Amino acid sequence: MPTVEFMGQNFTVDEDGFIDSFENWNEEWVQWVKKEEGIEELTDEHKKVIEVLQDYYRKNGIAPMVRVLSKVTGFKLKHIYELFPSGPGKGACKMAGLPKPTGCV
Amino acid sequence: MAKHDTPMLDQLESGPWPSFVSDLKEQAERRAKNEEGVEFQIPSDVCEDLLGVLELSFKHGRTHWKHGGIVGVFGYGGGVIGRYCDQPERFSGVAHFHTMRVAQPGGKFYTTDFLRDLMKLWDFRGSGITNMHGSTGDIIFLGTTTPQLEEIFFELTHNLNQDLGGSGSNLRTPADCIGSARCEWSCYDTQALCYYLTEEYQDELHRPAFPYKFKFKFDGCPNCCVASIARADISFIGTWKDDIKIDQEAVQGYIGGEFLPNGGAYTGRDWGPFDIAKEVIDLCPTDCMWMEDGKLKIETKECTRCMHCINVMPRALRIGDDRGLSMLVGAKAPILDGAQMGSLLVPFVKVEEPYDEIKEVIENMWDWWMEEGKNRERIGELMKRQGFQKLLSVTGIKPDARHVQEPRTNPYIFWNEDEVEGGWERDVDEYRKDHQR
Repeated sequence: MPTVEFMGQNFTVDEDGFIDSFENWNEEWVQWVKKEEGIEELTDEHKKVIEVLQDYYRKNGIAPMVRVLSKVTGFKLKHIYELFPSGPGKGACKMAGLPKPTGCV
Repeated sequence: MAKHDTPMLDQLESGPWPSFVSDLKEQAERRAKNEEGVEFQIPSDVCEDLLGVLELSFKHGRTHWKHGGIVGVFGYGGGVIGRYCDQPERFSGVAHFHTMRVAQPGGKFYTTDFLRDLMKLWDFRGSGITNMHGSTGDIIFLGTTTPQLEEIFFELTHNLNQDLGGSGSNLRTPADCIGSARCEWSCYDTQALCYYLTEEYQDELHRPAFPYKFKFKFDGCPNCCVASIARADISFIGTWKDDIKIDQEAVQGYIGGEFLPNGGAYTGRDWGPFDIAKEVIDLCPTDCMWMEDGKLKIETKECTRCMHCINVMPRALRIGDDRGLSMLVGAKAPILDGAQMGSLLVPFVKVEEPYDEIKEVIENMWDWWMEEGKNRERIGELMKRQGFQKLLSVTGIKPDARHVQEPRTNPYIFWNEDEVEGGWERDVDEYRKDHQR
């Protein structure tokens, strides 16, 4: 698998740029994905989405459904796309270090 | 000289049917020669490597594509199906081989100008290989690399005025039969309704917000040429309420052999002379037709509009004038809990712009399913889990005999507490006053 070197850190990623393991997530990873995903400035709202995703993943072992993410953060889907142009799966989950969404996408 | 030996695929170049292998080889050769001097943006040997990896799969009897793939364009959550080869060194031309779904026009009518523009773009930024069309209806661009996705999207939207189709847990690309464009049985303008609802629900199509996928399909009549009843979560099937229109002279034309039954669909074999009793009247599922004084009669109130008599004698029998559609809900493939076809929800609704009645049913269903649907649960499965009655209550539709094929045979009947005198709160001591232990 390819590796990415960024701000003195090494990350192993797959072709889609998802990190190999949630355990290897850190603040530098967020900065790297921010660059990749066309996000200009990281706001508290970005951080809130990431925190919610990570909490949910730690507790449940899966990413939450879009509806749950909206409910817990209080952000409508439209706003989540404003924060993460690639959307909650490819954008937010990637930045939060969660495994790649699967299924019939 | 081809890049890879493909002895097994070569066998598929014989036989009368158009060979996809010959077509792929032709495209490979065209890219190799590049007479138009195109600056290919993905490897020029993509077609050769596709044949190579396919030959390897023929040899192994296994796929050589890696699991999944998440790619796309900014602003959308779907539309592109990412795909990577699991032998990227051997077949570098298909190391990335993403599929793009492009929204198709109603009834799939095209001008050559439009198709040429699409192909010019796809030759330049993709493999030049397509699927016309995917089962859901989309134009499918087969095979490109990640950096080309935004480029293709820019060209599609800015110069071809064309959008991507749907993928993921959202409204997928709606599709229709050709409808009134070239069919005398179309009970509503399938293309108009399909186009309108596609535009109306662009947001639901591009940004997955549902528990799972959701499909619309539009059939002009119960012949179901786009198979909506089997392949759409909501199928819109045209029908009519008044009498079938009978042209008695044309009926005689069929009886006399002047017109071929079924538009001549069975001329490949000698079935004997047309026999209206045997081929129409006796086959009517409700037995509501008969001949009287040399005239064909139909008892409309017993007719279920199965289309058989109209299909057999298209010049003599026509659909009625009081037209609309039925909405059926819940069709899906077997995963997880078994295949389903659509179940009748709305027996008849008029099809009139701005389609408010239809939209109300759709949106009420979505509100329910988005709130109650489990992760990856199709609406057909939610209907099974929570009951058809729940679907009726969320859509505000009154239960009707037409909602069932037959009444239930088990007696496990649920009553709401307010329907039962005295409710559910009972005191066992009160009961014991009349019934000793």
